[in-house]
Amino acid sequence: MKLITAVIKPHKLEDVRGALETFGVTGMTVTEASGYGRQKGHTEVYRGAEYEVDLVPKVKLEVVVEDGDSADVVDVIVKAAQTGKIGDGKVWVTPVETIVRVRTGELDGDAL
Amino acid sequence: MEINAGDTAWVLASAALVMLMTPGLAFFYGGMVRMKSVLNMMMMSFITIAVVTILWVVVGYSLTFAGDTGHVVGDFSAVGLKGLLAPEAVSGTTPTLAFVAFQLMFAIITPALISGAIADRATFRGWIAFVVGWTLLVYFPVAHSVWFLDDGNGGWIGDKLKAIDFAGGTAVHVNAGAAALALAIVLGKRIGWKKDPMRPHSLPLVILGAGLLWFGWFGFNAGSALSAGTTAAVTFVNTQVATAAAVIGWLIIERIRHGKATTLGMASGAVAGLVAITPSCGAVTPVGAIILGLLAGAVCAFAVSLKYKLGFDDSLDVVGVHLVGGLFGSLAIGFLGSAAAPSAVNGLFYGGGASQLGRQALANLVVGVYSFVVAFILGKVIDKTIGFRLTEDDEVTGVDQVEHAETAYDFLGASGLRGHSPLARPAGAADSTDNGTTETSEKEGANA
Repeated sequence: MKLITAVIKPHKLEDVRGALETFGVTGMTVTEASGYGRQKGHTEVYRGAEYEVDLVPKVKLEVVVEDGDSADVVDVIVKAAQTGKIGDGKVWVTPVETIVRVRTGELDGDAL
Repeated sequence: MEINAGDTAWVLASAALVMLMTPGLAFFYGGMVRMKSVLNMMMMSFITIAVVTILWVVVGYSLTFAGDTGHVVGDFSAVGLKGLLAPEAVSGTTPTLAFVAFQLMFAIITPALISGAIADRATFRGWIAFVVGWTLLVYFPVAHSVWFLDDGNGGWIGDKLKAIDFAGGTAVHVNAGAAALALAIVLGKRIGWKKDPMRPHSLPLVILGAGLLWFGWFGFNAGSALSAGTTAAVTFVNTQVATAAAVIGWLIIERIRHGKATTLGMASGAVAGLVAITPSCGAVTPVGAIILGLLAGAVCAFAVSLKYKLGFDDSLDVVGVHLVGGLFGSLAIGFLGSAAAPSAVNGLFYGGGASQLGRQALANLVVGVYSFVVAFILGKVIDKTIGFRLTEDDEVTGVDQVEHAETAYDFLGASGLRGHSPLARPAGAADSTDNGTTETSEKEGANA
């Protein structure tokens, strides 16, 4: 199994969620996040004092999928989240050892 | 004189309007600090309402408006508001108690203004001690000097020097601003000042506060006419006009210097305009008020940057807005004063000489220096005895938590979807399990 983590623009969340649902991904975890990559922050001014706001608001989306679906799911996320402008985000994949469904105790593939 | 019902109604209504300014100030200041300090910031204003009200009844009114001692302070003849309940206790055309109530609200907001200079880092007990000491030693004598009139035998500023301070540019704003500068120096800079971001945590609160201040200020200025007549109407209009102009003045400077007009600039410009028109609302024409307001907004927009150059952490710009704005408005009478207005003095631009300007300058210089010196000594004494500055650990943790045992915003627990906030549960209670029984957890009490 793979954990797919995507950091994307907040306003693309609905597009990505819809695309994943169409693909057949039935659950996900979403966290409000902030950070920066090549897209730097912006400047704010309060009574003449300028602040560099480096961290840009993002959402972090996590799904766990079977190994075989991993590449397709990444593809679905990237397509749905893309605007072509700087700051679209990143997607990465990490291996997952074990998953347990809390309600039933089912393991791994059965727990997805 | 006989009691006039219209005048009495206006003065009482004005007292209520001015009362609302201090909660307004709590919002104005509260929005400007970080989340961890908003409750303490608002508390500093509210506790001032409570403390000064008692002080005013016990000795404050008497020391300010009962009799005269050396043209600088009143006497003890009206302690406990003695004798003021009788129907023959009349002040001008209103019952004396209406005047007592109205002036009380000024005595409250003046020390409350100072709190903006010491955001995030003052002990609550230290602040209370300062409010008591400064109000007794500075506000009461200064208000007496400015506003106790007795045919030339009253307070030295208003009655002898004849400096004009219609509603408190000198007695309130320069007075509070100078004390704020002293306390900013005595308490020192906040940890991380100029290094860590200290952005306002809620500009909507700031705007709400500015709106309440603007509304209440009609009582402050037009109520100071102490009658419901022409003077009240003129000062009401001038207050509105100068404030509007100051918003525009501040925003123009911001747009030129930083490229954007900001909401904080708008709110600050409004307050700067209100401050500047306070001493002068009875002395200028509405056209004069436009010029005065535009310039006041522009001058204060520059003045708030001074602290970074001079290196004092006047956290919420009490100096830049109140000291500078009050001084500007007061000195402006010397230029823009018009004999057509109720104060009936011509300034330099209206064919008068420089003498009024000189009187204004002297009054503000003496009040400013006196307030600064007393506030400085008082602040030092409080810090050395009961403690005024928070410890470093406490300041980092946040003044709300260490001084008031509260947190303003609990976003995690706010939804109520969980039984309790992940950050808090009733002291002594263990984590409850799904079926409602209580288990003794090993961690009990550790994260309460």
